[in-house]
Amino acid sequence: MGTAGVIVSFESVGLRYGTGAEILRDLDFKLVAGGLYFLTGPSGAGKTSLLKLLYLAQRPTRGRISLFGQPLDEVDRNALPGLRRRIGIVYQDFRLIDHLSAFDNVALPLRIAGHAEDDIETATNEMLGWVGLSDRAGARPPTLSGGEQQRVAIARAVIGRPDLLVADEPTGNVDAEMARRLMHLFGALNRLGTTVVIATHDIGLIGETPGATLIRLEKGGIVDPTGGLAHPPVRRGENA
Amino acid sequence: MRPQWALTAAERQLLPAGRRRGPTRGLIAIMMFVMVIVAAAGLAIGNAAALLSQATEARYSIQLPGGAGQGDALARAARDLDGVRSARAVPEEEVNETLDRWLGPAAREADLPVPALVEVEFDDNADAKAIETALRSEFADAMLVANRSTIQPLLRSLRALGWVAASLVILVGVAAGAAVVLAARAALAANRDTIDVMHGVGATDEQVVRLFQYRIALDSLVGGALGAGLAALVLLLVSASGLAIAGRMAGQALLFPVDLLMLALLPLGGALLATLVARRAVLVSLRALP
Ligand SMILES: Nc1ncnc2c1ncn2[C@@H]1O[C@H](COP(=O)(O)OP(=O)(O)OP(=O)(O)O)[C@@H](O)[C@H]1O
Ligand SMILES: [Mg+2]
Repeated sequence: MGTAGVIVSFESVGLRYGTGAEILRDLDFKLVAGGLYFLTGPSGAGKTSLLKLLYLAQRPTRGRISLFGQPLDEVDRNALPGLRRRIGIVYQDFRLIDHLSAFDNVALPLRIAGHAEDDIETATNEMLGWVGLSDRAGARPPTLSGGEQQRVAIARAVIGRPDLLVADEPTGNVDAEMARRLMHLFGALNRLGTTVVIATHDIGLIGETPGATLIRLEKGGIVDPTGGLAHPPVRRGENA
Repeated sequence: MRPQWALTAAERQLLPAGRRRGPTRGLIAIMMFVMVIVAAAGLAIGNAAALLSQATEARYSIQLPGGAGQGDALARAARDLDGVRSARAVPEEEVNETLDRWLGPAAREADLPVPALVEVEFDDNADAKAIETALRSEFADAMLVANRSTIQPLLRSLRALGWVAASLVILVGVAAGAAVVLAARAALAANRDTIDVMHGVGATDEQVVRLFQYRIALDSLVGGALGAGLAALVLLLVSASGLAIAGRMAGQALLFPVDLLMLALLPLGGALLATLVARRAVLVSLRALP
């Protein structure tokens, strides 16, 4: 398999926090541009840790990660913001800025990227509409319900039309109906070309999303969900 | 256009207001107050030393041991020499009074040899050595004493005090710098979640540091102005009493306009320095983040 169309590649990647044991080990996989991936596994398996490597909040202690064709160990710190602007992140714990309104939280990536304030307003209002929060635009996160906060977090992650969307349990706090709507949003984004990686426990969600690739993590290593293969399928809709 | 260092309304919201405003401004105000007072004292002392030194620049006295009664002759001889602008014999009564002051009234009874004293002022480029030699052809025991060398010890201690003041200003400045660094780090820690989110959506360190730099600049400007303002008030009160007397004694004010300008620049320079120091501290801390 060549590197064309590969947006993320992990080679023998390992991660340990401090001096502890390896939380992730021997990760070898590639994500294809435009793919839709589900990352599953029991609590504590290392899903969030793997996503942190993906969204550049953590450097691997071992191995090599390439993102958008660039080996990260060769990327200068000054070049990281440029890469991060191509990644949308939905944190497991949302990480909304409490003293900013929902609107300003969602607008943040566009402001950081230096868009004009008029464009920002239009795009942000549209985005808030998408996640059903138009009437809560002025509210601060602490006054929002868990599900509303999650939708603000999702809106913030997708507003910049990222090349890679990384979502950690993005439907953990919403009802089934809202979960389906959010999945439609991710699906729509994916059809527009965004590579989507979603960590989730929600088997139902996975079942309802045809064409998605499943990556199963157990005790820090990737196992094949079907139990047969040593390596997970890396390409969607292709006979490897 | 908006100046580069100024923040947009959206940027200003990113760090919640008020959380750490109090202590930083107060601390900077106190330190600036001390710095301005000490700097003013140092400048006044330095100026006093300069005035004293200037006033005694061309002044000498001629002493003739045991020459009581020869004062006028000595003064006449001195006046005729090249390079002497004026010469005045100190009346014997004055000499005796001075001796009384130094030695007590008993000195008169002791029948000490009273010297003749002449106060002379030289021309600007006068050659003191030549004048002394010329004098000695007539009065072999005559001694020429520069007034400057008489007050030299006083000048030395004044100048030393000036240096002490300068060092104090620098020390307080360094302490203020350290306080600013600590405040910057504390602000960084207090806003760590916001910074992580900003980094997460692709903010550069420069974009983050701007927020803090603006804050510290504002705090140190306001704090510095407050401290310097208070110091100016105190200086005004003091100069209305003590300093003015000292100034009149020297025949001049002890702080010149250029000194006042320097004092006024202290809070501005301080704020600029504080901002640069804080900026540096924040950048260094940010580089340690992933
Ligand atoms: N910052 C950290 N320092 C030390 N250990 C950590 C840190 N973050 C996670 N861990 C450990 O790494 C392991 C994997 O954690 P991680 O959060 O990646 O799991 P997860 O699969 O996302 O779990 P969950 O489904 O509960 O979110 C856990 O044992 C956790 O205790
Ligand atoms: Mg997790």
